[in-house]
Amino acid sequence: MGKASLTRSAFTHEQALACVRVSPEDFDLGAEVAALRAGDLGVGAVVSFVGTVREWQEAAVADPAAVMELEHYPGMTERSIAELIAQASQRFDVRGVRVIHRVGPLSIGEQIVLVVVTSAHRQQAFDCAAFLMDWLKTRAPFWKKEIAGLEARWVDARESDEAAARRWHQARDEEGAA
Amino acid sequence: MSITVRYFASVRERLGAQESVELAELASPTVGALLTWLQARSAEHARVLDVDRGLRMACNQALCEADEPLSDGDEVAFFPPVTGG
Repeated sequence: MGKASLTRSAFTHEQALACVRVSPEDFDLGAEVAALRAGDLGVGAVVSFVGTVREWQEAAVADPAAVMELEHYPGMTERSIAELIAQASQRFDVRGVRVIHRVGPLSIGEQIVLVVVTSAHRQQAFDCAAFLMDWLKTRAPFWKKEIAGLEARWVDARESDEAAARRWHQARDEEGAA
Repeated sequence: MSITVRYFASVRERLGAQESVELAELASPTVGALLTWLQARSAEHARVLDVDRGLRMACNQALCEADEPLSDGDEVAFFPPVTGG
């Protein structure tokens, strides 16, 4: 679990890797937040995001036992998320980061992904959490498959997710110009 | 030594999880040349490994472009656009 010192400092790849968990196991938001805050008196803001499996059309109509199957690329998944965390720690003044992503079959309503960020002040924590989610959705090698009854369908990537990630480039360019 | 090729998601379902290619077989030691070689392997390969439909590539577990250089023992992966989160 990554903890920055009193002054701003970027996470090393090893520190960033220690912030990441990819597994079929569920997570407890309260426990993860408590663990990230533990012993860090400089934390003044905690922002968390939890993504869950939303009911889709075919599941609603055909199959209450429908599942979302999450495939990933073991090894690359963890490395790519750690890389995003390392980048985020250079860009935002954050103290701690935790990212958990589940894989395997998940039922409707189950938790998929957790991002928690701690910082001294709220704006850096909000922005860092949004940055991590936007980039995770377009860079980390996960693929969702919806399985309802006899129908199985790979979820299509969305252009709106690409656009959400791109706006951080734009923001950076504007910061650079200012 | 050779190149290990891995496939994921919809690409894996149609081509299998993994195959091995000799670096010496390629026109040049790049991910793009590997892709061209694989596309010539079968009609199904050509259909599935379609860059126009957003095929992504990674070399040694980092996203890359077609001009990425290859060495013996490298691991290359081809997969559709990601949909996690």
